[in-house]
Amino acid sequence: MSENAAKIRTVLKEHARLNRDADTLSDDSDLYQAGMTSHASVNVMLALEGEFDIEFPDHMLKRSVFESVGAIVSAIDELTEGR
Amino acid sequence: MTTRSAIKTSTLLAQTAAIASDVAARHAADVDSKSRFPQETFDALRQARLLSAAVPAAYGGVGAGMLELGAQCAALAQGCGSSGMVLAMHHIQVACMARHGRDSAFFERYLRENLVERQELVASITSENGTFGDTRSSVCAIAIDKDRMSLEKDATTVSYGAHADAQLVTCRRTADAAASDQVLVLFEKGSYTLAQTGTWDTLGMRGTCSPGAKFAGNGAAGQILPGSFADSSAQTMVPYSHILWSALWSGIAADAIGRAAAFVRAGARKNPGSVPPNAIRLARAHVELQAMRNNWEACAIEFDEMTASDDQAARETLGTMGWALKMNQLKMACSEVAPRLCHEALQIIGIMGYKNDSPFSVGRHYRDVLSAALMVSNERIAAKSASMLLVFKDD
Repeated sequence: MSENAAKIRTVLKEHARLNRDADTLSDDSDLYQAGMTSHASVNVMLALEGEFDIEFPDHMLKRSVFESVGAIVSAIDELTEGR
Repeated sequence: MTTRSAIKTSTLLAQTAAIASDVAARHAADVDSKSRFPQETFDALRQARLLSAAVPAAYGGVGAGMLELGAQCAALAQGCGSSGMVLAMHHIQVACMARHGRDSAFFERYLRENLVERQELVASITSENGTFGDTRSSVCAIAIDKDRMSLEKDATTVSYGAHADAQLVTCRRTADAAASDQVLVLFEKGSYTLAQTGTWDTLGMRGTCSPGAKFAGNGAAGQILPGSFADSSAQTMVPYSHILWSALWSGIAADAIGRAAAFVRAGARKNPGSVPPNAIRLARAHVELQAMRNNWEACAIEFDEMTASDDQAARETLGTMGWALKMNQLKMACSEVAPRLCHEALQIIGIMGYKNDSPFSVGRHYRDVLSAALMVSNERIAAKSASMLLVFKDD
Protein backbone atom coordinates (compact mmCIF):
# COMPACT_ATOMS: atom_id res chain seq x y z
CA MET A 1 0.00 0.00 0.00
CA SER A 2 1.39 3.40 -0.94
CA GLU A 3 1.93 6.01 1.74
CA ASN A 4 -0.79 8.21 0.27
CA ALA A 5 -3.31 5.38 0.18
CA ALA A 6 -2.65 4.73 3.89
CA LYS A 7 -3.17 8.40 4.73
CA ILE A 8 -6.37 8.43 2.66
CA ARG A 9 -7.70 5.40 4.55
CA THR A 10 -7.04 7.20 7.83
CA VAL A 11 -9.02 10.22 6.59
CA LEU A 12 -11.83 7.92 5.44
CA LYS A 13 -11.96 6.21 8.83
CA GLU A 14 -12.41 9.53 10.55
CA HIS A 15 -14.74 11.31 8.16
CA ALA A 16 -16.42 9.09 5.55
CA ARG A 17 -18.81 7.37 7.99
CA LEU A 18 -18.44 4.10 6.12
CA ASN A 19 -20.39 1.05 7.16
CA ARG A 20 -17.17 -1.01 7.28
CA ASP A 21 -13.49 -0.56 8.19
CA ALA A 22 -11.65 1.47 5.52
CA ASP A 23 -8.71 -0.97 5.78
CA THR A 24 -10.91 -3.78 4.49
CA LEU A 25 -11.73 -1.85 1.29
CA SER A 26 -9.78 -2.54 -1.86
CA ASP A 27 -8.43 0.41 -3.86
CA ASP A 28 -11.33 0.22 -6.29
CA SER A 29 -14.16 -0.43 -3.81
CA ASP A 30 -17.02 2.05 -4.26
CA LEU A 31 -17.03 4.36 -1.24
CA TYR A 32 -20.60 5.52 -1.88
CA GLN A 33 -21.81 1.93 -1.86
CA ALA A 34 -19.87 1.56 1.40
CA GLY A 35 -22.16 4.22 2.87
CA MET A 36 -20.37 7.52 2.23
CA THR A 37 -23.02 10.23 1.74
CA SER A 38 -22.44 13.41 -0.25
CA HIS A 39 -22.40 15.31 3.06
CA ALA A 40 -19.69 13.01 4.46
CA SER A 41 -17.73 13.33 1.21
CA VAL A 42 -17.38 17.08 1.81
CA ASN A 43 -15.73 16.36 5.16
CA VAL A 44 -13.44 13.88 3.44
CA MET A 45 -12.49 16.55 0.88
CA LEU A 46 -11.78 19.08 3.61
CA ALA A 47 -9.67 16.62 5.59
CA LEU A 48 -7.73 15.59 2.46
CA GLU A 49 -7.03 19.24 1.62
CA GLY A 50 -5.64 19.67 5.13
CA GLU A 51 -3.71 16.38 5.23
CA PHE A 52 -2.02 16.81 1.84
CA ASP A 53 -1.84 20.62 1.84
CA ILE A 54 -3.70 20.83 -1.46
CA GLU A 55 -6.79 22.52 -2.85
CA PHE A 56 -9.11 20.57 -5.10
CA PRO A 57 -10.04 22.81 -8.05
CA ASP A 58 -13.80 23.04 -8.69
CA HIS A 59 -13.71 20.78 -11.75
CA MET A 60 -12.46 17.97 -9.50
CA LEU A 61 -15.32 18.40 -7.04
CA LYS A 62 -17.50 15.60 -8.38
CA ARG A 63 -18.50 12.12 -7.29
CA SER A 64 -16.18 10.18 -9.57
CA VAL A 65 -13.04 11.83 -8.15
CA PHE A 66 -13.87 10.58 -4.65
CA GLU A 67 -15.56 7.27 -5.46
CA SER A 68 -12.68 5.01 -4.36
CA VAL A 69 -9.30 5.05 -2.62
CA GLY A 70 -7.67 4.56 -6.03
CA ALA A 71 -9.53 7.51 -7.55
CA ILE A 72 -8.48 9.75 -4.65
CA VAL A 73 -4.84 8.60 -4.98
CA SER A 74 -4.90 9.61 -8.67
CA ALA A 75 -6.43 12.99 -7.86
CA ILE A 76 -3.82 13.72 -5.19
CA ASP A 77 -1.00 12.54 -7.47
CA GLU A 78 -2.25 14.95 -10.11
CA LEU A 79 -2.30 17.86 -7.66
CA THR A 80 1.06 17.15 -6.05
CA GLU A 81 2.95 16.28 -9.26
CA GLY A 82 6.31 18.05 -9.46
CA ARG A 83 6.45 19.03 -5.82
CA MET B 1 -32.88 23.29 -29.08
CA THR B 2 -35.48 25.98 -28.56
CA THR B 3 -34.12 29.48 -27.99
CA ARG B 4 -35.64 32.26 -25.97
CA SER B 5 -36.97 34.02 -29.08
CA ALA B 6 -38.33 30.81 -30.61
CA ILE B 7 -40.33 30.15 -27.43
CA LYS B 8 -42.69 32.91 -28.48
CA THR B 9 -43.84 30.89 -31.49
CA SER B 10 -43.85 27.49 -29.76
CA THR B 11 -46.97 25.49 -30.58
CA LEU B 12 -46.57 23.56 -27.33
CA LEU B 13 -46.64 26.81 -25.41
CA ALA B 14 -49.57 28.30 -27.33
CA GLN B 15 -51.64 25.15 -26.77
CA THR B 16 -50.74 25.06 -23.07
CA ALA B 17 -51.51 28.75 -22.59
CA ALA B 18 -54.95 28.17 -24.13
CA ILE B 19 -55.60 25.28 -21.75
CA ALA B 20 -54.35 27.40 -18.85
CA SER B 21 -56.85 30.18 -19.50
CA ASP B 22 -59.78 28.18 -20.89
CA VAL B 23 -59.62 25.18 -18.56
CA ALA B 24 -57.16 25.41 -15.66
CA ALA B 25 -58.03 28.96 -14.59
CA ARG B 26 -61.75 28.28 -14.85
CA HIS B 27 -61.58 25.37 -12.38
CA ALA B 28 -58.72 26.65 -10.19
CA ALA B 29 -60.92 28.04 -7.42
CA ASP B 30 -62.97 24.84 -7.22
CA VAL B 31 -59.83 22.66 -7.25
CA ASP B 32 -58.46 24.82 -4.45
CA SER B 33 -61.57 24.95 -2.28
CA LYS B 34 -62.34 21.23 -2.59
CA SER B 35 -58.68 20.17 -2.49
CA ARG B 36 -59.34 18.00 -5.52
CA PHE B 37 -57.20 16.90 -8.46
CA PRO B 38 -57.39 19.27 -11.48
CA GLN B 39 -58.88 16.54 -13.65
CA GLU B 40 -60.19 18.91 -16.34
CA THR B 41 -56.71 20.35 -16.92
CA PHE B 42 -55.15 16.94 -17.31
CA ASP B 43 -57.93 15.66 -19.55
CA ALA B 44 -57.27 18.67 -21.79
CA LEU B 45 -53.49 18.20 -21.75
CA ARG B 46 -53.92 14.51 -22.55
CA GLN B 47 -56.30 15.25 -25.38
CA ALA B 48 -53.86 17.79 -26.86
CA ARG B 49 -51.11 15.17 -26.41
CA LEU B 50 -49.04 17.54 -24.29
CA LEU B 51 -48.23 15.08 -21.50
CA SER B 52 -45.42 13.70 -23.67
CA ALA B 53 -43.77 17.09 -24.12
CA ALA B 54 -40.63 15.88 -22.34
CA VAL B 55 -40.37 12.60 -24.25
CA PRO B 56 -37.61 12.77 -26.90
CA ALA B 57 -38.76 12.97 -30.52
CA ALA B 58 -37.02 9.63 -31.17
CA TYR B 59 -39.79 7.98 -29.13
CA GLY B 60 -42.55 10.06 -30.71
CA GLY B 61 -42.72 12.79 -28.08
CA VAL B 62 -42.40 16.55 -28.49
CA GLY B 63 -38.76 16.49 -27.37
CA ALA B 64 -39.03 19.84 -25.63
CA GLY B 65 -35.94 21.08 -23.82
CA MET B 66 -35.78 22.58 -20.36
CA LEU B 67 -36.54 26.15 -21.47
CA GLU B 68 -39.66 25.14 -23.35
CA LEU B 69 -40.85 22.82 -20.57
CA GLY B 70 -40.26 25.56 -18.01
CA ALA B 71 -42.23 28.03 -20.08
CA GLN B 72 -45.00 25.43 -20.40
CA CYS B 73 -45.17 24.84 -16.63
CA ALA B 74 -45.13 28.59 -15.98
CA ALA B 75 -47.94 29.16 -18.48
CA LEU B 76 -50.09 26.45 -16.91
CA ALA B 77 -49.33 27.70 -13.38
CA GLN B 78 -50.63 31.13 -14.35
CA GLY B 79 -54.04 29.51 -14.64
CA CYS B 80 -53.73 27.05 -11.73
CA GLY B 81 -50.68 26.56 -9.51
CA SER B 82 -51.53 22.97 -8.60
CA SER B 83 -51.89 22.06 -12.29
CA GLY B 84 -48.49 23.60 -13.01
CA MET B 85 -46.91 21.67 -10.17
CA VAL B 86 -48.43 18.33 -11.22
CA LEU B 87 -47.27 18.87 -14.81
CA ALA B 88 -43.75 19.78 -13.63
CA MET B 89 -43.55 16.68 -11.44
CA HIS B 90 -44.76 14.48 -14.30
CA HIS B 91 -42.09 15.94 -16.61
CA ILE B 92 -39.41 15.32 -13.95
CA GLN B 93 -40.32 11.63 -13.79
CA VAL B 94 -40.51 11.34 -17.59
CA ALA B 95 -37.11 13.02 -17.98
CA CYS B 96 -35.52 10.54 -15.56
CA MET B 97 -36.81 7.65 -17.65
CA ALA B 98 -35.96 9.29 -20.99
CA ARG B 99 -32.41 10.20 -19.94
CA HIS B 100 -31.52 7.07 -17.99
CA GLY B 101 -33.65 4.36 -19.59
CA ARG B 102 -32.16 4.61 -23.06
CA ASP B 103 -30.49 1.24 -22.99
CA SER B 104 -33.49 -0.56 -21.56
CA ALA B 105 -36.03 -2.32 -23.76
CA PHE B 106 -38.66 -1.91 -21.03
CA PHE B 107 -38.23 1.85 -20.69
CA GLU B 108 -38.00 2.47 -24.43
CA ARG B 109 -41.30 0.66 -24.89
CA TYR B 110 -42.78 2.49 -21.92
CA LEU B 111 -41.82 5.90 -23.34
CA ARG B 112 -43.26 5.07 -26.74
CA GLU B 113 -46.41 3.21 -25.80
CA ASN B 114 -47.48 4.41 -22.38
CA LEU B 115 -46.23 7.98 -22.35
CA VAL B 116 -46.67 8.97 -25.99
CA GLU B 117 -49.42 6.75 -27.38
CA ARG B 118 -51.55 6.54 -24.24
CA GLN B 119 -50.51 9.90 -22.70
CA GLU B 120 -50.21 8.40 -19.23
CA LEU B 121 -49.44 10.42 -16.11
CA VAL B 122 -46.53 9.39 -13.83
CA ALA B 123 -46.24 10.20 -10.12
CA SER B 124 -43.26 9.60 -7.88
CA ILE B 125 -42.65 8.32 -4.38
CA THR B 126 -39.40 9.78 -3.05
CA SER B 127 -40.43 10.66 0.52
CA GLU B 128 -40.36 8.06 3.26
CA ASN B 129 -40.98 7.78 6.95
CA GLY B 130 -37.62 7.63 8.69
CA THR B 131 -35.52 9.57 6.15
CA PHE B 132 -36.58 12.97 7.51
CA GLY B 133 -37.00 14.59 4.12
CA ASP B 134 -33.68 13.45 2.67
CA THR B 135 -34.55 12.13 -0.79
CA ARG B 136 -31.02 10.81 -1.21
CA SER B 137 -31.51 8.13 1.39
CA SER B 138 -34.00 5.28 1.65
CA VAL B 139 -35.12 2.89 4.33
CA CYS B 140 -37.00 0.49 2.06
CA ALA B 141 -35.13 -1.91 -0.22
CA ILE B 142 -36.21 -3.70 -3.35
CA ALA B 143 -36.48 -7.49 -3.14
CA ILE B 144 -35.33 -9.27 -6.28
CA ASP B 145 -36.18 -12.90 -7.00
CA LYS B 146 -34.75 -14.03 -10.35
CA ASP B 147 -36.48 -11.83 -12.93
CA ARG B 148 -39.16 -10.51 -10.55
CA MET B 149 -39.00 -7.75 -7.96
CA SER B 150 -41.22 -6.33 -5.23
CA LEU B 151 -41.16 -3.32 -2.93
CA GLU B 152 -43.00 -1.89 0.06
CA LYS B 153 -42.63 1.75 1.07
CA ASP B 154 -44.18 3.93 3.77
CA ALA B 155 -44.28 7.36 2.11
CA THR B 156 -44.98 10.66 3.89
CA THR B 157 -46.32 12.42 0.77
CA VAL B 158 -47.32 11.05 -2.61
CA SER B 159 -48.41 13.80 -4.99
CA TYR B 160 -51.43 12.88 -7.18
CA GLY B 161 -50.60 9.22 -6.53
CA ALA B 162 -54.24 8.16 -6.70
CA HIS B 163 -54.66 9.94 -10.06
CA ALA B 164 -51.55 8.64 -11.80
CA ASP B 165 -51.04 5.67 -14.12
CA ALA B 166 -47.65 4.74 -12.67
CA GLN B 167 -45.30 5.45 -9.77
CA LEU B 168 -41.56 6.03 -10.01
CA VAL B 169 -40.19 5.00 -6.62
CA THR B 170 -36.81 5.42 -4.88
CA CYS B 171 -35.49 2.57 -2.73
CA ARG B 172 -32.25 0.90 -1.71
CA ARG B 173 -30.64 -1.28 -4.38
CA THR B 174 -30.59 -4.43 -2.22
CA ALA B 175 -31.53 -5.41 1.32
CA ASP B 176 -27.94 -4.89 2.53
CA ALA B 177 -27.21 -1.70 0.54
CA ALA B 178 -26.33 1.58 2.28
CA ALA B 179 -29.14 4.11 2.77
CA SER B 180 -27.77 6.29 -0.03
CA ASP B 181 -27.20 3.41 -2.48
CA GLN B 182 -30.52 3.84 -4.27
CA VAL B 183 -32.30 2.98 -7.51
CA LEU B 184 -35.47 4.22 -9.21
CA VAL B 185 -38.15 1.66 -10.01
CA LEU B 186 -41.26 2.09 -12.14
CA PHE B 187 -44.51 0.43 -11.11
CA GLU B 188 -47.49 0.36 -13.45
CA LYS B 189 -51.09 0.70 -12.38
CA GLY B 190 -52.58 -2.67 -11.56
CA SER B 191 -49.34 -4.00 -10.10
CA TYR B 192 -49.35 -1.89 -6.93
CA THR B 193 -51.56 -0.74 -4.10
CA LEU B 194 -51.44 2.69 -2.50
CA ALA B 195 -53.17 2.84 0.88
CA GLN B 196 -53.65 6.44 1.95
CA THR B 197 -52.35 7.02 5.48
CA GLY B 198 -53.09 10.72 5.94
CA THR B 199 -55.02 13.65 4.59
CA TRP B 200 -54.14 16.56 2.30
CA ASP B 201 -55.89 19.53 3.83
CA THR B 202 -53.19 22.15 3.32
CA LEU B 203 -52.73 25.89 3.07
CA GLY B 204 -51.99 25.73 -0.65
CA MET B 205 -51.15 23.51 -3.61
CA ARG B 206 -54.34 21.75 -2.61
CA GLY B 207 -54.96 20.27 -6.05
CA THR B 208 -51.74 18.26 -5.98
CA CYS B 209 -53.52 15.84 -3.59
CA SER B 210 -50.39 14.65 -1.76
CA PRO B 211 -51.31 12.64 1.35
CA GLY B 212 -49.05 10.01 2.89
CA ALA B 213 -49.50 6.44 1.65
CA LYS B 214 -48.30 2.91 2.15
CA PHE B 215 -47.11 1.55 -1.17
CA ALA B 216 -46.73 -2.12 -2.13
CA GLY B 217 -45.90 -3.17 -5.65
CA ASN B 218 -44.24 -5.77 -7.82
CA GLY B 219 -43.08 -6.26 -11.37
CA ALA B 220 -40.30 -7.44 -13.64
CA ALA B 221 -36.67 -6.75 -12.72
CA GLY B 222 -36.41 -4.79 -15.99
CA GLN B 223 -38.54 -2.05 -14.41
CA ILE B 224 -35.55 -0.94 -12.34
CA LEU B 225 -34.12 2.14 -14.07
CA PRO B 226 -30.53 1.37 -15.18
CA GLY B 227 -27.71 2.99 -13.23
CA SER B 228 -27.87 4.50 -9.78
CA PHE B 229 -30.22 7.13 -8.37
CA ALA B 230 -27.11 9.07 -7.33
CA ASP B 231 -26.54 9.75 -11.04
CA SER B 232 -30.15 10.13 -12.18
CA SER B 233 -30.76 12.45 -9.23
CA ALA B 234 -27.80 14.75 -9.94
CA GLN B 235 -28.01 14.61 -13.73
CA THR B 236 -31.77 14.78 -14.14
CA MET B 237 -34.11 14.82 -11.15
CA VAL B 238 -32.48 17.75 -9.34
CA PRO B 239 -32.02 20.03 -12.37
CA TYR B 240 -35.50 19.28 -13.75
CA SER B 241 -37.07 19.76 -10.30
CA HIS B 242 -35.41 22.99 -9.39
CA ILE B 243 -35.69 24.60 -12.81
CA LEU B 244 -39.27 23.54 -13.56
CA TRP B 245 -40.45 24.36 -10.05
CA SER B 246 -38.82 27.79 -10.24
CA ALA B 247 -40.50 28.29 -13.60
CA LEU B 248 -43.96 27.43 -12.31
CA TRP B 249 -43.51 29.58 -9.21
CA SER B 250 -42.65 32.45 -11.54
CA GLY B 251 -45.89 31.69 -13.39
CA ILE B 252 -47.92 31.94 -10.17
CA ALA B 253 -46.13 35.14 -9.15
CA ALA B 254 -46.61 36.57 -12.65
CA ASP B 255 -50.36 35.96 -12.43
CA ALA B 256 -50.54 37.65 -9.02
CA ILE B 257 -48.54 40.63 -10.30
CA GLY B 258 -50.69 40.58 -13.44
CA ARG B 259 -53.78 41.02 -11.28
CA ALA B 260 -52.10 43.87 -9.43
CA ALA B 261 -51.21 45.49 -12.76
CA ALA B 262 -54.80 45.17 -13.98
CA PHE B 263 -55.96 46.76 -10.74
CA VAL B 264 -53.52 49.66 -11.12
CA ARG B 265 -54.49 50.21 -14.76
CA ALA B 266 -58.17 50.31 -13.84
CA GLY B 267 -57.38 52.98 -11.26
CA ALA B 268 -55.24 54.95 -13.70
CA ARG B 269 -58.02 55.05 -16.29
CA LYS B 270 -60.26 56.83 -13.83
CA ASN B 271 -57.76 59.64 -13.45
CA PRO B 272 -55.55 60.03 -16.52
CA GLY B 273 -52.63 62.39 -16.11
CA SER B 274 -51.42 61.24 -12.73
CA VAL B 275 -49.50 58.06 -11.90
CA PRO B 276 -51.29 56.26 -9.05
CA PRO B 277 -49.10 55.75 -5.95
CA ASN B 278 -49.45 51.97 -6.06
CA ALA B 279 -47.98 52.00 -9.59
CA ILE B 280 -44.59 52.75 -8.05
CA ARG B 281 -44.88 49.65 -5.92
CA LEU B 282 -45.84 47.68 -9.02
CA ALA B 283 -42.76 49.00 -10.83
CA ARG B 284 -40.57 47.71 -8.00
CA ALA B 285 -42.28 44.32 -8.03
CA HIS B 286 -41.56 44.03 -11.75
CA VAL B 287 -37.84 44.35 -11.01
CA GLU B 288 -37.99 41.18 -8.92
CA LEU B 289 -40.28 39.38 -11.34
CA GLN B 290 -37.85 39.98 -14.21
CA ALA B 291 -34.89 38.81 -12.12
CA MET B 292 -36.81 35.69 -11.14
CA ARG B 293 -37.65 34.81 -14.74
CA ASN B 294 -34.12 35.50 -15.89
CA ASN B 295 -32.77 33.29 -13.13
CA TRP B 296 -34.63 30.12 -14.09
CA GLU B 297 -34.39 30.81 -17.82
CA ALA B 298 -30.60 31.22 -17.64
CA CYS B 299 -30.27 27.86 -15.86
CA ALA B 300 -32.64 26.23 -18.37
CA ILE B 301 -30.71 27.63 -21.33
CA GLU B 302 -27.41 26.48 -19.84
CA PHE B 303 -28.83 22.99 -19.31
CA ASP B 304 -30.20 22.84 -22.87
CA GLU B 305 -26.95 24.09 -24.40
CA MET B 306 -24.85 21.61 -22.44
CA THR B 307 -27.00 18.57 -23.15
CA ALA B 308 -27.46 19.48 -26.84
CA SER B 309 -23.76 19.88 -27.60
CA ASP B 310 -22.31 16.89 -25.72
CA ASP B 311 -24.59 14.96 -23.42
CA GLN B 312 -21.79 12.88 -21.93
CA ALA B 313 -19.77 15.96 -21.00
CA ALA B 314 -23.00 17.55 -19.73
CA ARG B 315 -23.58 14.62 -17.39
CA GLU B 316 -20.10 15.17 -15.95
CA THR B 317 -20.81 18.87 -15.40
CA LEU B 318 -24.23 18.15 -13.87
CA GLY B 319 -22.46 15.91 -11.36
CA THR B 320 -20.14 18.67 -10.14
CA MET B 321 -20.48 20.63 -6.94
CA GLY B 322 -20.61 23.85 -8.94
CA TRP B 323 -23.79 22.78 -10.70
CA ALA B 324 -25.33 21.44 -7.47
CA LEU B 325 -24.73 24.83 -5.85
CA LYS B 326 -26.25 26.61 -8.84
CA MET B 327 -29.41 24.51 -8.56
CA ASN B 328 -29.63 25.09 -4.80
CA GLN B 329 -29.23 28.81 -5.30
CA LEU B 330 -31.89 28.92 -8.01
CA LYS B 331 -34.35 27.01 -5.85
CA MET B 332 -33.74 29.16 -2.79
CA ALA B 333 -33.94 32.42 -4.73
CA CYS B 334 -37.16 31.63 -6.57
CA SER B 335 -38.93 30.00 -3.64
CA GLU B 336 -38.23 33.06 -1.52
CA VAL B 337 -39.08 35.73 -4.07
CA ALA B 338 -42.37 34.16 -5.21
CA PRO B 339 -44.20 34.68 -1.87
CA ARG B 340 -42.71 38.16 -1.65
CA LEU B 341 -44.18 39.02 -5.06
CA CYS B 342 -47.59 37.67 -4.04
CA HIS B 343 -47.35 39.76 -0.90
CA GLU B 344 -46.55 42.83 -3.00
CA ALA B 345 -49.48 42.10 -5.29
CA LEU B 346 -51.72 41.98 -2.21
CA GLN B 347 -50.40 45.32 -0.91
CA ILE B 348 -50.94 46.93 -4.31
CA ILE B 349 -54.49 45.64 -4.72
CA GLY B 350 -55.57 45.93 -1.11
CA ILE B 351 -58.87 44.56 0.10
CA MET B 352 -59.94 43.48 -3.40
CA GLY B 353 -56.94 41.17 -3.46
CA TYR B 354 -57.68 39.89 0.03
CA LYS B 355 -61.22 38.87 -0.90
CA ASN B 356 -61.49 35.33 -2.23
CA ASP B 357 -64.40 36.07 -4.55
CA SER B 358 -62.94 39.12 -6.28
CA PRO B 359 -61.43 39.06 -9.80
CA PHE B 360 -58.31 40.57 -8.20
CA SER B 361 -58.02 37.88 -5.51
CA VAL B 362 -54.44 36.70 -4.90
CA GLY B 363 -55.08 34.48 -1.87
CA ARG B 364 -54.70 31.20 -3.72
CA HIS B 365 -51.49 32.41 -5.40
CA TYR B 366 -50.05 33.45 -2.06
CA ARG B 367 -50.98 30.18 -0.33
CA ASP B 368 -49.72 28.08 -3.25
CA VAL B 369 -46.24 29.65 -3.35
CA LEU B 370 -45.77 29.33 0.40
CA SER B 371 -45.12 25.64 -0.35
CA ALA B 372 -42.04 26.57 -2.41
CA ALA B 373 -39.66 27.04 0.52
CA LEU B 374 -40.92 23.81 2.12
CA MET B 375 -40.86 21.28 -0.68
CA VAL B 376 -37.28 20.23 -0.12
CA SER B 377 -36.87 22.57 2.82
CA ASN B 378 -34.77 25.66 2.16
CA GLU B 379 -33.11 25.14 5.54
CA ARG B 380 -31.86 21.74 4.39
CA ILE B 381 -30.74 23.15 1.04
CA ALA B 382 -28.92 26.06 2.71
CA ALA B 383 -27.13 23.64 5.03
CA LYS B 384 -26.01 21.53 2.05
CA SER B 385 -24.80 24.62 0.19
CA ALA B 386 -22.98 25.86 3.27
CA SER B 387 -21.20 22.53 3.53
CA MET B 388 -20.26 22.49 -0.17
CA LEU B 389 -18.98 26.06 -0.02
CA LEU B 390 -16.35 24.89 2.49
CA VAL B 391 -14.53 23.22 -0.41
CA PHE B 392 -15.93 25.01 -3.50
CA LYS B 393 -13.67 27.85 -4.66
CA ASP B 394 -15.73 29.39 -7.51
CA ASP B 395 -12.49 29.48 -9.54
